Amino acid sequence: MEETKTYTISIYTENSVGLLNRISGIFVKRHINIESINVSESEIDHVMRFIIVVHTTETWVKNIVGQIEKQIDVIRAYYHGDEEIIYLQTGLFKIASHLLFDERQIQNIIKESHAQIVTVSREFFVITKSGRKEEIEALYEALKPFGIMQFVRTGRVSVSKAEMEISSLLKAFIH
Amino acid sequence: MEIKTIKKDVSTAVSQMRVSGAEAVIHCLLAEGVDTLYGYPGGAIMPVYDELYKFSDQLNHVLTRHEQGAIHAAQGYARVSGRVGVAMATSGPGATNLVTGLADAQIDSTPLVCITGQVARHLLGSDAFQETDIVGISMPVTKWNYQITKASEIPEIIAKAFYIARSGRPGPVLIDITKNAQFEEFDFEYSKCTGVRSYTPVPRTDKTQLELAAEAINKAKKPFIVWGQGILLGKAEAELKALVEKTGIPAAWTIMGASALPSDHPLNVGMVGMHGNYAPNVLTNQCDVLIALGMRFDDRVTGDLNTYAKQAKVLHFEIDPAEINKNVKADVPVLGDVKESIQGLLPLLNEKKHEAWHETFKEGYAKEFEEVIRHDLFPEKDGLTMGEVINGINKASENKAVMVSDVGQHQMITCRYARFAQSHSNITSGGLGTMGFALPAAIGAKMGAPEREVVAIVGDGGYQMTIQELGTIFQLGLPVKIVVLNNEFLGMVRQWQQLFFEKRYASTHMVNPDFVTIAKGYHIPAERVSKREDLDAAIERMIKSDTAYFLEVVVEKEDNVFPMIPSGASVDEIRLK
Repeated sequence: MEETKTYTISIYTENSVGLLNRISGIFVKRHINIESINVSESEIDHVMRFIIVVHTTETWVKNIVGQIEKQIDVIRAYYHGDEEIIYLQTGLFKIASHLLFDERQIQNIIKESHAQIVTVSREFFVITKSGRKEEIEALYEALKPFGIMQFVRTGRVSVSKAEMEISSLLKAFIH
Repeated sequence: MEIKTIKKDVSTAVSQMRVSGAEAVIHCLLAEGVDTLYGYPGGAIMPVYDELYKFSDQLNHVLTRHEQGAIHAAQGYARVSGRVGVAMATSGPGATNLVTGLADAQIDSTPLVCITGQVARHLLGSDAFQETDIVGISMPVTKWNYQITKASEIPEIIAKAFYIARSGRPGPVLIDITKNAQFEEFDFEYSKCTGVRSYTPVPRTDKTQLELAAEAINKAKKPFIVWGQGILLGKAEAELKALVEKTGIPAAWTIMGASALPSDHPLNVGMVGMHGNYAPNVLTNQCDVLIALGMRFDDRVTGDLNTYAKQAKVLHFEIDPAEINKNVKADVPVLGDVKESIQGLLPLLNEKKHEAWHETFKEGYAKEFEEVIRHDLFPEKDGLTMGEVINGINKASENKAVMVSDVGQHQMITCRYARFAQSHSNITSGGLGTMGFALPAAIGAKMGAPEREVVAIVGDGGYQMTIQELGTIFQLGLPVKIVVLNNEFLGMVRQWQQLFFEKRYASTHMVNPDFVTIAKGYHIPAERVSKREDLDAAIERMIKSDTAYFLEVVVEKEDNVFPMIPSGASVDEIRLK
């Protein structure tokens, strides 16, 4: 059996309605769970970038990237192992304000984790932590005993260490 | 019988004019050279039908009896002619009835443009009458799809639809047009689509890969070609012929590639796959270089992948990069247009003959002939075989007919035994295996190639899935020949039940109506044959008929199709009985 690994798939696309559905359908067909997904603008005007994290074999991720790339509105798709990219995720924690004073330990946890305070109000305060999934999970575990009012974590975003030749690809297109 | 032909000199340069969205759709179709489309009207597409009425002297709309019939007819038209097939339907159930045909066209790479009506823009998402999210539903089964919500989008999107459907690896495109967009007026201007920046239809061929492929072929002792539909889609029949003749390499075909090289070509060694010929299947696992041309290593072709052609160097000529290494690892992938690739390859190849190797194919055929083919084509038992019917049609049509088969035993028998003299002669649902495909596809095939004899070969099961299209044939006065091979069973499923489920014939026996009476109800001349001595004359009457003709042949009930590679077995474990 081929070993499974975490792969980050980067997809450059046109900004078209329904493309997310087309792309996710390719994973559904192979019964692959998407670990995280993020869609945003990219470094190129009007070009979107999907970052999808999956845990599967290299054979399958190659096949999937091929099938994603052949979607008409997809400009280019790549896949990378963790060692080939710089990546992070962000967590948001909403915590009751009184805990900051009642539980002095919380202040230390925030300091040690290099989390940032986003806002403080009379009732609650919000801290944010960006980094690897494990770092955010560690902060979550540390804060959990004191009570977390709300917690959310974004999908992974990443940039590749190597160049991706999207701009030249688009420039080469002569309509 | 005269088939309505439409004048082709329709002006493509429609200069700016103020038209409704519905009328714009017609101008787009005309500009794309469409002469025939298949469809079924309904509420959300009525403005376009109103325009079809006005343009009926330029565009031939065929009213089928079900939207599935419309799309299969469009597929038959596209498959026989190489042009884009067009189907039209209303929203909701009209649109969902297209889905099977879309899936069929997607998996068999058939160029189609389907236009569906949709509820007005302001009603979208409100669960309005006959609203369905056909764009969402059809996403996995279309090469591209799009919902138009304002008239001004129509020219650009339809131009793009035709471009995408026909370019590169072809496929079906669905365009959903809201009713308000059909009514709105705008200044119409049309220009053909020549490219889409996020889409590369034909990847560039790497010369080094061609050189590597040529080197492997020149060195090979036991080279073997398997070609697929890519040869037909890429119009590379002449190049294929030149290739096999220069190199003397035995060549076999997948079902979708049938007829690209004439059946009687000495180097045509038959069909690969589950019910293909014995020699090409077994020898796949003995060749030293496997040259795959425009085929995708479907599981029905390869059997068990772990034992498929492991000894061979695999050269894969393919237009779709996603097919490379998908199922079979390619030692030398050659991306690009297969016609150009073979043209580039030919000068690099040495002239050769592989007589001893070719001889092993002939020996394999002789073995298969003794154990299988003789009994299929020249049976000594009482009951009629499907094979002798196909053989009779070969004779009566002088191998010139377009054979349109449905799905099941009769399909395998048709593909095995039909003799093809020219390309685009075998139309069948290969990838999806859609029962009910043949009858409507034969309508489209006859209209796409009116000069050719078109024979639909259908089982008694599949026939009843789209039997209502007899009405279309009657209304059109279309001289399509229909052969039902009646064994009162869903034969292929019954065969599997016999071989693998200890003869538990769960829901495969059919009590059938009087098919002859039904055909006659549609005013189609019809007869039934159950005796060998009557068969040839009946086939002769059918082929000679200049109108539609229905022939039911009562064949042996529990006959099996052999050879057979059992599901999951290796190609060299093919069974002759």
